[in-house]
Amino acid sequence: MSDKGTARNDASRAEGADASSATGADSHHVPGVVYDPVAVKIGMWLFLFTELLLFGTLFIVYGVYLHDFNWQFRLGSAALSIPIGTVNTVILLTSSLTMALSIAALQRADKKRSIGLMWITILFALAFLVIKSFEWAGKFEHGVYPGSDHLLELTKGENVFYGLYFTMTGLHALHVIIGIGLILFAMKRVAGERTTPERPLLLENTGLYWHLVDLIWIFLFPLFYLIS
Amino acid sequence: MDQNTAEHHIVPIRVYVWVWVGLIALTGVTVGAKYADLNHMAIFAAILIATVKSTLVLLYFMHIRFEKPIFTVMILVLLLTYGIFIGLTFTDYSYR
Repeated sequence: MSDKGTARNDASRAEGADASSATGADSHHVPGVVYDPVAVKIGMWLFLFTELLLFGTLFIVYGVYLHDFNWQFRLGSAALSIPIGTVNTVILLTSSLTMALSIAALQRADKKRSIGLMWITILFALAFLVIKSFEWAGKFEHGVYPGSDHLLELTKGENVFYGLYFTMTGLHALHVIIGIGLILFAMKRVAGERTTPERPLLLENTGLYWHLVDLIWIFLFPLFYLIS
Repeated sequence: MDQNTAEHHIVPIRVYVWVWVGLIALTGVTVGAKYADLNHMAIFAAILIATVKSTLVLLYFMHIRFEKPIFTVMILVLLLTYGIFIGLTFTDYSYR
């Protein structure tokens, strides 16, 4: 085990990595505890699976009700703004790129660029949330919110559509907010050199979480905005 | 050391940029398909394009293409499980 650790440190020095980051990784090395990057990642993926099944179940509910209330869903979808949905899609896809590039920068031992790209990712995430909140506020102004008098006058199908819309985009937005928190935490770890090019998994797993948020939106966008 | 080489696979920056270009282009296609008047095929076209986009995200942004095969196997098992959920739900629902 210790041989392996030494070999890795030597390799990192040979690559021209910051010597202090190598010692930093060493100081957190607990003797007898095996560092297994594949296991760490499998753990993250198992968690992501629970998230995918959570949203997956909601998508099945959506599918069943789309079958039952086809024209009402189309009517509800027509009331959502395609330009707003498209802009938010582009924002989220771009934030996924900057997150991937942040990890790529850390792998190349460019700490500054990695942190900068995380800030950009967070700015995109905030832009997404601001646009989303304006969108919701617009709906509220028109009396469309769960349990509103206006909704009760509409058909049952439209109520189901808006119910699913608020539940699923709301749950997704919650994931965006949690994602921002995780990225901030990863940033702190990278800045403090606890997450280093030799031990990048915390950042990589944060990236996986962020891409999952993107992955879910890729399905939410056409199913809610583009079926009118 | 074998697993470390897989772990430290460094993807060229341009790969990420091209994947992003592809994702943006497919977003354009999916919005365009909405106006193409596909009627009942529209929902299938939307899901098909979303599936292509999510495969790109999984393979490149989420690194599955460069990980050990176990990750691909795990994801296929998840998809199979989810497929069974969908199959059973809609079979039950259609024959009520």
